[in-house]
Amino acid sequence: MPTTPNAQNPAEDAQDPGAGAPEGSGGTSLLTRKADRIDRLAELMGPRDDGSGGAGIWLTAFRRLRRSPMAISGAVVVALFVLVALFAPLIAPYSATAQTWGGEVFPNQNIFVGPRAENWLGLDNLGRDQFSRMVIGARQTLLVGVVATLVGFGAGALLGGTAGAAATLGGRWGALIDNVIMRVIDMMLALPTLLLAVTVAALVGPSLTTVMLAVGIAQVPIFARLLRGAMISQGNRDYVVAARALGVRRHKIALTHILPNSLGPVIVQSTLTLATAIIDAAALSYLGLGNPDPSFPEWGTMLADAQRFLSSAPQLAVYPALAIIVTALGFTLLGEAMREALDPKLRK
Amino acid sequence: MLRFIVRRTLQLIPTLGGLSILLFIWLQRLPGGPEYALLPDDATEEQRAQLRRSLGLEEPLTVQYVRFLRNILQGDLGTSLQTGRPVVEEFFTRFPATFELALTAILIAVTVGIPLGYLAARRRGGVLDFAAVGGSLIGICTPVFFLAFLLKVVFAERLGVFPSAFRLSPGLNRTDLSGFVVLDGLRTGELDVVWDALMHLALPGLALASIPLAVIVRMTRASVLEVLDEDYVRTANAKGLQRRTVRGRHVLRNAMLPVVTAIGLLTGSLFAGAVLTESVFAFPGVGSFVYAATQTRDYPVLTGFILLIATMYVLINLLVDISYSLLDPRVRAQ
Amino acid sequence: MGSSTPLLAVEELSVVFDGRGSGEVRAVDGVSFTLEEGRVTGLVGESGCGKSVTSLALMGLLPPRGVRVGGSAVLRTGDTEADLLRLSPKKMRDLRGSQLAMIFQDPLSSLNPVVPIGRQVTEILTRHRGLRGSAAEKEAADLLYRVGIPDPKRRLKEYPHQLSGGMRQRALIAMAVACRPRVMIADEPTTALDVTIQAQILELLKDLVTEEGTALLMITHDLGVVAGLCDDINVLYAGRAVETAPREPLFADPTHPYTVGLLGSIPRLDAPRGEPLTPIRGSVNDNIAWNDGCAFAPRCDHYTLDCLQGPPRLVRSETGDAHAHRCVNPVRHADVVDRAVLESPSVVGDEEERA
Repeated sequence: MPTTPNAQNPAEDAQDPGAGAPEGSGGTSLLTRKADRIDRLAELMGPRDDGSGGAGIWLTAFRRLRRSPMAISGAVVVALFVLVALFAPLIAPYSATAQTWGGEVFPNQNIFVGPRAENWLGLDNLGRDQFSRMVIGARQTLLVGVVATLVGFGAGALLGGTAGAAATLGGRWGALIDNVIMRVIDMMLALPTLLLAVTVAALVGPSLTTVMLAVGIAQVPIFARLLRGAMISQGNRDYVVAARALGVRRHKIALTHILPNSLGPVIVQSTLTLATAIIDAAALSYLGLGNPDPSFPEWGTMLADAQRFLSSAPQLAVYPALAIIVTALGFTLLGEAMREALDPKLRK
Repeated sequence: MLRFIVRRTLQLIPTLGGLSILLFIWLQRLPGGPEYALLPDDATEEQRAQLRRSLGLEEPLTVQYVRFLRNILQGDLGTSLQTGRPVVEEFFTRFPATFELALTAILIAVTVGIPLGYLAARRRGGVLDFAAVGGSLIGICTPVFFLAFLLKVVFAERLGVFPSAFRLSPGLNRTDLSGFVVLDGLRTGELDVVWDALMHLALPGLALASIPLAVIVRMTRASVLEVLDEDYVRTANAKGLQRRTVRGRHVLRNAMLPVVTAIGLLTGSLFAGAVLTESVFAFPGVGSFVYAATQTRDYPVLTGFILLIATMYVLINLLVDISYSLLDPRVRAQ
Repeated sequence: MGSSTPLLAVEELSVVFDGRGSGEVRAVDGVSFTLEEGRVTGLVGESGCGKSVTSLALMGLLPPRGVRVGGSAVLRTGDTEADLLRLSPKKMRDLRGSQLAMIFQDPLSSLNPVVPIGRQVTEILTRHRGLRGSAAEKEAADLLYRVGIPDPKRRLKEYPHQLSGGMRQRALIAMAVACRPRVMIADEPTTALDVTIQAQILELLKDLVTEEGTALLMITHDLGVVAGLCDDINVLYAGRAVETAPREPLFADPTHPYTVGLLGSIPRLDAPRGEPLTPIRGSVNDNIAWNDGCAFAPRCDHYTLDCLQGPPRLVRSETGDAHAHRCVNPVRHADVVDRAVLESPSVVGDEEERA
């Protein structure tokens, strides 16, 4: 159905309603009648929420997020976690490394100290304040998560973006480039995350950097495939065809048209990857590939260390485990809610 | 159909070839070179030099790579530093245990996950939906090794419902035919062995199943929700078909397509998870052996394991592709 | 419309969706019409005017939650009458496919991609006619042949993606007519098809109606389809019928400004060269609540203050008994008036200002 360009604003349209009135009576009365008519119409049509008109997909997505309980609970957890991590040294009441109460804990005799007024979460197996270690550990954990995600995002987006751009716009050579990159990605996918991480750890030796690199690299194929897929689907859209027909340069199409429209799923994935990174880092610590330096507590390492005392002092494992689960859950909830908010199928 | 299989199989060659190059480079780049990795730390300089010569490390890289590849193809993955036996042999004896464990996990994940995901989608917004989605999110966010420990402490050590370690109770009399305990037990009719083995599989199987289960529940739910909105489901209802026909033939069959792919992609992480789970339950499979290898830097075992997993992954996904094409006629046509 | 009692009488049908957060939406707001044996009744209107929702409501295919359906739709079978809107889901399931059938807009997405065509035809035969095995297969092949699919035996084994668009729609029609339904609803059955195929499908539908005496409810926005196929026509706007008439009076003497506008938007070969088309301005979203006045007023060139004083009633037109419109200021002799008035409203408006 054809619509006039100024159809967006019906009130304006009504200012010029045409010669509908057959009763062609005198000037003033007609004018007032006409004004009445328009006022009445404007009043009946009321304030119109033209949500479909101006708001972009990001704004609509944000509006939807604000209403989603999933997004809110996720955001609260994430915000809390980031705050604790940022201000960890200010929050932690004691040193995370000093074995201040070393004389009170004897793991080999099954003597542990639980929560008490002095130490809110009790002491760990070496007589250190568990609460302080948890708080300082949040900072390390966030660091691992963020760096690993950045590594995966950066390398994955580069590979996937190149492949996607080459596949949509590069012609025969582009298809070749895309093919080669995708074969490499397939290979990386065939290696499970953990083993990829073990491989990296073997190269660099166990350290925090190892964990971050390893977990990050393991995420590369996921990011690459996502971005490539999104770009190819965008590349087939009519607006890209239109831009090409207008003679817009290829790299410009890729950078200004395709890429920005393809980033949604990748950004959602980064949120989800932060959760995966924290969990995978814990697994690497368990495998003994984590940070060997005990002066920097990290939840994964703490959890791995505490497994030995699980039957006699389960709280030592439960605190870091709960922290990992809740934090990962926060990121996952936020990511899933974002995915739903951005999904065009679910948008009304 | 045959052409499809052949084409897919041929597509594996570059993937596996590239993988072998990656592994080769990795071995080259090991700290201090393979001679450090392959010998114990206290080996003398002379021993190292001798090993370098015997390994042909003085020769050009291409020659080394060709030999590396030939060794792999002949089934020679080197010798384990832990046991001094060939890696292939070690894997061979331990593989049945891991296979049984992985199969248990996948069976649990599929038989529980698909109905649960389906019901959650049917009763969207209900209590069951909430529990299934929430539970699977928590499942994804729980480190596997912690869950394994938790199950072990609670069900084995505190409640004593299940055994806490190994594949079989010690001292159990059984006839060994193939290394697949459950299968052997069924073939020889030693049902006590089968029961014992299943009891031992329960906890590690459950721990290992946690992530695939969570993924399958969410995947099935999302997929069913999508299919329920499809026009052809409306058509099926417009034809007045019985509910169970609509659900089975029209909803479930289409909804299973992405789930099948997901199951294929999960197998990789399943074997990695086996490393963690088996070590917790002292389950004598490939996983716990590899766990020990990571602790002792047993590189030939690690290399071999990566190769084994990559091959398994590629083969399983080939099977998935083939079964997918059986399920979806549109893929066959391409 | 006919002296005999109608096969299906729809009275004051209304469908209200309970919007989550955004308030309720009245998709269909009191639509009445009748279907008679061997006749084609058209529901015409822009997308969003409630056509498809009407058909889904009659078929009982609206989602079970969040929808309120009002009014009645009485189906007469033999001596018994049944209100389709009040039947139990189980009874409706029995009626659908056997007494009521529906043909959908997009034949590709309306067919299950992973089930062979034959199976999709035989399953309805099994369900309602108890045919199984080779008997069902033979009947399915006969059906496909009847709707004009050549080599039906081979097609039975094929999947939807292997068929052309026209073939798919024919297959869907075969499923719809499989149990000789009394009432058939076609929701824009030709929109997704090529023009040449459209004509063939319409021809097929016409033949099926005359041969079987089925009552066909044709839902479309295409006035060409209406002119070629429909006996009685209901023009819908914003969930209400705004004009109801048999074919000839509607096209010869449209009275509601919306109908006039629809007819004016069709390109005509016999129009003078260079004459611009006269679209209806605005979109279907520019409306006001029926309770406040005529929903079409914001887009209407004829509206007066009277149009904004409460809901306009459906009144008989002077052209005939069966012709009615919902308008307080109807167009008379549209063919003269609409060209003159609609040609360039702004210019005419300026003249009005000067006068």
